Amino acid sequence: MRKFWIFTPFVAFIAMSVFLFKGLFMDPSKLPSALIDRPFPSFTLPSLYEPDRLMSELDFKGEVALLNVWATWCPTCKDEHEQLNKIGLEEGIPIYGLNYKDDPQLARAWLERYKDPYTKVVVDQEGRLGLDLGVYGAPETYIIDQHGIIRYRHVGEVTEQVWQELKGLMEIIAAEEEA
Amino acid sequence: MKILKSLPFVLLLWSCMTLASFETYEFSTTQNEMRYFKLSKELRCPTCQNQNISDSDAPLAADLRRELHRMIEAGYKDEGIIDFMVSRYGDFVHYKPRIAPETYILWFGPFVLLLGGLSVVFFVSRNRRLRARKAQEAVRETVDVAPSVEAADLSGGLSEQERERLERLLQQDK
Repeated sequence: MRKFWIFTPFVAFIAMSVFLFKGLFMDPSKLPSALIDRPFPSFTLPSLYEPDRLMSELDFKGEVALLNVWATWCPTCKDEHEQLNKIGLEEGIPIYGLNYKDDPQLARAWLERYKDPYTKVVVDQEGRLGLDLGVYGAPETYIIDQHGIIRYRHVGEVTEQVWQELKGLMEIIAAEEEA
Repeated sequence: MKILKSLPFVLLLWSCMTLASFETYEFSTTQNEMRYFKLSKELRCPTCQNQNISDSDAPLAADLRRELHRMIEAGYKDEGIIDFMVSRYGDFVHYKPRIAPETYILWFGPFVLLLGGLSVVFFVSRNRRLRARKAQEAVRETVDVAPSVEAADLSGGLSEQERERLERLLQQDK
């Protein structure tokens, strides 16, 4: 019994080391979304393409899709745009855009210039919807299922590697529904 | 010349002015204003990681301050405002995390460790005391037993007075 107790400090040390070692590889700037498995927050905001038309959360229902939060002032959004073009235009995956705290005029010009991978774009000039969604830094990319439930959030650039991950998740979510 | 000399000083004042360029809000009551300052120090800015929203000049922090002001003036209670923020940004946004199963280890962990440490100290000292007593008893036994067993030898070696003195000396150490 006594021999057993002699090892406790050592075991505690190992446990602490594993814990701290794991911490070395965690990115503290990546926060989990508080809205996972919750419905997309309700909103009434204009569409970027037809400023007279008001969109709502109902526009984001119907199929498993990506929602991309972007702005023309955001440098990383420009970096990932090509990848989004590939996903939206080549692979034909529906991507909803959320134009976050931006000038709609500039946003339209940007889409004209760099091509437009989005099926729908909602204009959130005030950042109110962004706040309800817990957006803390563009770009952010969400997976929304056919019922308009938020299933996943990725903060930062969507690279090819990230897209493969997102794609896998989208396939799982779509398969869930059919089952 | 005089103007030139005072220029650095004027520039210094000016830099302070630009630093304090945060928006100012009007409050209907002083109490609301106090709540605003208290809550803006408790809420953490999600983009800047380790600043509260009153310290940060990130655009998101400004949005959260605007929202905080709106909610306070609209008559929301402190808990309502915190819930609003936590439901959007997660527990991360509040510097004082709520007490829930996933934060138990955070809140109670230190006390558990303290209790553990105290119990270790208790058991170690008790063991030491028990061992010391056992050793004393062993000594006393040899003293009690020795004269009868080796009476012949001892009676030859020690006089009655000497034995008494030895007994006293041994007792002293207890």
